Amino acid sequence: MSDSRRKFLLKSVSATSAAWLAANWPAQVAAAEKAQSMGAFTYFTREQAADVDAIAAQIYPTTDTPGAREAQVIYFIDLALVTFAQDKQDIYAQGLADLAGHTGGKPFAALPSDQQIAILSSIEKTPFFKTVREHTITGMFAAPQHGGNFRKIGWQQIGFDDSLNFRAPFGAYDKA
Amino acid sequence: MKKFSPSEEVDFVVIGSGAAGGVMAKQLATAGFSVVVMEQGPWGAYGHEQDYNKDELSNRYPAEEEMLLSDPRRQRNTFRRNANEKAAPGTHNYGCVVGGGTVTYGASSWRHLPWEFDEASRFGTMQGTGIADWPVSYEEIEPYYTQAEWEIGISGPNIKTPLIAPMSKPYPCQPLPLKSSGALMQKAAAKLDLMVTPNVAAIITQPYNGRSACINCGMCSGYGCQVKARSSSAVALLPVAVATGNCEIRVHSYVREISLDASGRATGVTYFDKANNNREVFQKAKCVVLSANGTETPRLLLLSKSNRFPQGLANSSGLVGKYLMTGNGGGASGLFADPLNEYKGCVTGAAVLSYVPNDVKGRGFYGGGRMTSRGQMSPIQYGLAGPHGAPSWGAAYKKALIEQANRRLTLVNFISQLPVETNTVDLDPEVKDAWGLPAMRITTNSHENDFKAMRFFIDRSAEILKAAGASEVWADEISDSKGGAHARGTCRMGNDPKSSVVNKYHRAHDVPNLFVVDGSSFVTGGRNHPTMTISALAYRCADHLVKAAKSGNVTI
Repeated sequence: MSDSRRKFLLKSVSATSAAWLAANWPAQVAAAEKAQSMGAFTYFTREQAADVDAIAAQIYPTTDTPGAREAQVIYFIDLALVTFAQDKQDIYAQGLADLAGHTGGKPFAALPSDQQIAILSSIEKTPFFKTVREHTITGMFAAPQHGGNFRKIGWQQIGFDDSLNFRAPFGAYDKA
Repeated sequence: MKKFSPSEEVDFVVIGSGAAGGVMAKQLATAGFSVVVMEQGPWGAYGHEQDYNKDELSNRYPAEEEMLLSDPRRQRNTFRRNANEKAAPGTHNYGCVVGGGTVTYGASSWRHLPWEFDEASRFGTMQGTGIADWPVSYEEIEPYYTQAEWEIGISGPNIKTPLIAPMSKPYPCQPLPLKSSGALMQKAAAKLDLMVTPNVAAIITQPYNGRSACINCGMCSGYGCQVKARSSSAVALLPVAVATGNCEIRVHSYVREISLDASGRATGVTYFDKANNNREVFQKAKCVVLSANGTETPRLLLLSKSNRFPQGLANSSGLVGKYLMTGNGGGASGLFADPLNEYKGCVTGAAVLSYVPNDVKGRGFYGGGRMTSRGQMSPIQYGLAGPHGAPSWGAAYKKALIEQANRRLTLVNFISQLPVETNTVDLDPEVKDAWGLPAMRITTNSHENDFKAMRFFIDRSAEILKAAGASEVWADEISDSKGGAHARGTCRMGNDPKSSVVNKYHRAHDVPNLFVVDGSSFVTGGRNHPTMTISALAYRCADHLVKAAKSGNVTI
């Protein structure tokens, strides 16, 4: 699964022409959903994925509405690190290793939420945290075929209609 | 498409395929001349029925072959504020695809007003600047504006006011939707006695010349248009040039030198051919047209050194690369009670015109600007920029992000920047680009007058947003320009070869068969909406070239 998923995911980013997407988009989403439901990761180990998922869930938390966890942002990041963000692998490797120094040897994901927030606040200026923030938010709001924004959760929250074909009036103030 | 052999001497080589290069290629090929267009970038979606994709992630991280802009990691450039500093790696970039910057630009298409061509005579000059009259008048250029607007396809309002240049013919298309941002500007205008109009844009709003109207998709500025409604050179001009059978567009062809013979005439261009391992190829031509943009045009002249021109080609005046104007901006943002949904439609709905004219005595600074109402942000862009007045992550970030979504309006201003001789494009003495050529170095520091202008426009922006009913308003910090797509002034036109690089028909004073036509020809900068004037100048230059060549006055 891991190998075929890798091939599929690589393909999904390199072949981004509009025509290709139009032709393959539904199949692609189906494949991504299947892969995601199986919990397979391409780049991360399970332990790493759990920690990054926990960080993402603090950056864009689940509140009275879904957050990064429900949007499956971890799959977006896992894919990003083998595609357009390959050059960020070292930042993750180093950052996750450094994180252990803050957790007393426990997995970050296993810590209580307030402790997680305290640790992240103390590292929020680091390249690692900034990169995970960028990837988490990008994963919330990138098109679902890239792995996150599952069922357009992110887009719905910020009122983004992806039909991309509109007629005026567009908003509350240009109505005649 | 017609193909020429590099050893075949073509009538014209045109370097660049953007706003100016597209016009030159189309006009020259239509007149029957053989033309090779050299484009550094890829094809993009040129010639395809289905156009550029709208996927925000792919647009942010394009594969090399899908890039629409130059890449500062390869087209390296450096930046410094003044000549005493060592330049640091810069982020300047420009359109780098067939169609150039017109493929991705916001498409505002304002004419210069008549008095923007002779500001020195009308308003005087200023110490420390090179404010001068253009060698051409608005009346001479007006017919070419009209031709450009009708051939390229421009939409805009048909309003007669001293704040809009007089037109011999109205725009061919009705204006784009005003958007909620524009409606709010009109509300403020009524209170503050301002002139607000729909924007003028190179985006068609009805079927035009075989292309279909804008669908208001909103993936606009920074994206290629998916339905060919944006009137880029790649859809409005270059296909016409190619259809004549006289024009070849040669992509991935990075010109590194314009060559001269012993008599001082240009003989053609040497370029790196990417398809052949960046092998150097020489294309012979009777005449060279340089339209590579306001930064790459002077750089190529400076790279083309010879015994005759040790300071760079066509540079006996020493002014190649000087008087760089990239334009200043800054504005303010506000939040409104209800959704504006600015992500729908093109980037600019309306423009505030009241502060376009000079009012040196009244405002205490020289110049003016056009204010545009915008709020367009794609989802990733919005999420990363984050909500106003909130943390950058966590529950409070998320709450504010959702609350503020689609309720933001930003006034983005296009402000004059005065020509200053020490603001330059030159060759970095150390840094090389990915092809081993000296990198572009940008040195720019706006005149103190321009900081007063920026302050004025930022304050006016906040005032307008409050008058429009914004619940919260925040102003930008003043920030001086560092480069970017609107570069002008670096090969200024004039009648005197000692104080200008090209004459009023864009012929280099020093080289009889070299024409330089793009933003670099500008003498003063206008209000930082340069593209329509670049197009009109190119039509005028081409008209002159065709007439002269046909009557034997230009021995191309």
